[in-house]
Amino acid sequence: MTGTLIVALYIFVLAIFTGFEVITKVPPLLHTPLMSGANAISGITVVGAVLSAGMQAHLLTTILGTMAVVFATINVIGGFLVTDRMLEMFKKDKD
Amino acid sequence: MTTLEIVTKLLYLLSAVFFIFGLSNLSSPKTARRGNMYAMLGMFIAVVVTLFDTHIITYTWIIVGLIVGGAIGGIAAKTVQMTQMPQMVAIFNGFGGGASTLVALAEYHHLLSRTTLAIGNQDAITISLSIIIGTITFFGSVIAFAKLQGILRGAPIVMPFHQGINAILFIIVLILAVLAVINPATPLFFYGILILMAVLGVTTVIPIGGADMPVVISLLNSYSGLAASATGFVLMNEVLIISGALVGASGLILSNIMCKAMNRSLANVLFGAVGTDGGSGAGPSGDRSVTEYTAEDAVILLENASKVIIVPGYGLAVAQAQHVLHEMSQMLLDRGVDVKYAIHPVAGRMPGHMNVLLAEANVSYDLLKDLDEVNDEFQTADVALVVGANDVVNPAARTQQDSPIYGMPILNVDEADHVMIIKRSLNPGFAGVDNQLFYEDKTMMLFGDAKEMLNQIISVLKES
Repeated sequence: MTGTLIVALYIFVLAIFTGFEVITKVPPLLHTPLMSGANAISGITVVGAVLSAGMQAHLLTTILGTMAVVFATINVIGGFLVTDRMLEMFKKDKD
Repeated sequence: MTTLEIVTKLLYLLSAVFFIFGLSNLSSPKTARRGNMYAMLGMFIAVVVTLFDTHIITYTWIIVGLIVGGAIGGIAAKTVQMTQMPQMVAIFNGFGGGASTLVALAEYHHLLSRTTLAIGNQDAITISLSIIIGTITFFGSVIAFAKLQGILRGAPIVMPFHQGINAILFIIVLILAVLAVINPATPLFFYGILILMAVLGVTTVIPIGGADMPVVISLLNSYSGLAASATGFVLMNEVLIISGALVGASGLILSNIMCKAMNRSLANVLFGAVGTDGGSGAGPSGDRSVTEYTAEDAVILLENASKVIIVPGYGLAVAQAQHVLHEMSQMLLDRGVDVKYAIHPVAGRMPGHMNVLLAEANVSYDLLKDLDEVNDEFQTADVALVVGANDVVNPAARTQQDSPIYGMPILNVDEADHVMIIKRSLNPGFAGVDNQLFYEDKTMMLFGDAKEMLNQIISVLKES
């Protein structure tokens, strides 16, 4: 195993713990928007997809990459917009 | 590292910070919308930074992909009904997982196309892992979507030796992964993993009952995050690793909350094949009598109450009665009655679903109380009004050790002075368990469609 892989594992484990700390503070009231919002964040794969679709390394890479961009973008745009739509509905009387 | 690479890495770090900041703003409904904006900003930064990457030669396919994906996602997000949110999130999870598999495969073919360097162990391991998690997420989510959308029946679909076959398939996947690491230049092994994981995605979700879908969606949400992390390991991209880990943690927490709310272990949910389509269980046994009341009777109780706690269940959403329920509760509030909503964690079809459905009907969020917040308040309530809920208020969960729902945390509606239940019939709920509460003296059964009954109550309230 190389040094970079070890560092990446450190980052992964620490981020999991950060996630646990942050998410446990979200009240049940907002669990659905939490899930759709987190879902949109997991669409971060779009970063990798964009590179694959653009680097013209191999025909298969371009095809797979373009499909990946479509999939990840559905995830990102759909996830964020639907989360916003839901959160907009949460109102308090006499606010 | 070139200057551009350093700037890129630093801006990726900024995106990750925005994601964490965005999620932490979800801790209150006041800041939640802003939180989602922060997360959007984080994503925007990450994508724009990536577009400046020097490895990109052509933008044609990137733009095509972004437009097609953006249009599909945008239209879906704007048109989906709130009752359909579970299947929407399920299919979005699937797309995230699918993207991870596709990126891993694209990277594999990229590495394969280089003539100078061999594919290392690390590449083969991370690519296999990314394909494994991404593919099960995609196909599992498609099945969850189909079940929730009613394309597949909700009841568990079980083959003979189901779990045994799944275990064998997974062992073969692991063997293929070892072979892939030994012979990384042979695409057959990687595609073999892909095909078997596709099969496993279907066969692991198909035996899970419709009522257990909240757990499955939560778990698939976690997988979609882990898939993004795995892809991050393939590309050695820190922002993917961090973001994926955050989502992985989120999904795990929600799965755990849902399991606790049903008093089931994750293993029991995944492998137990429990449940039916819902509402199709046996009728009530014995010849106990139930007195049927009218809307007029209900109004006399409600008007004279000083505290009413409403317990909504999924039957409320099925009857599309959220808006009339809000109208009725508003009339009571205007008359000085203390009205609250008690929301059980499994009241909807995904974590927090009922809150969204009520928020859509303009119910003020400070009236929405979760189980721990509200359960002690039933003792001081004059009326507990149960609309379209059954198992979550069944006292058998506390007392009858032989009941399938024994041990499940319930809302203690039986502690209120009066219990009012609006229900179509005496049919048992998801768990197929009879509810003793219906036959209690303090219980007032109002038979009928939730929407019609609430409308009747509203018109009587207007007259008085």
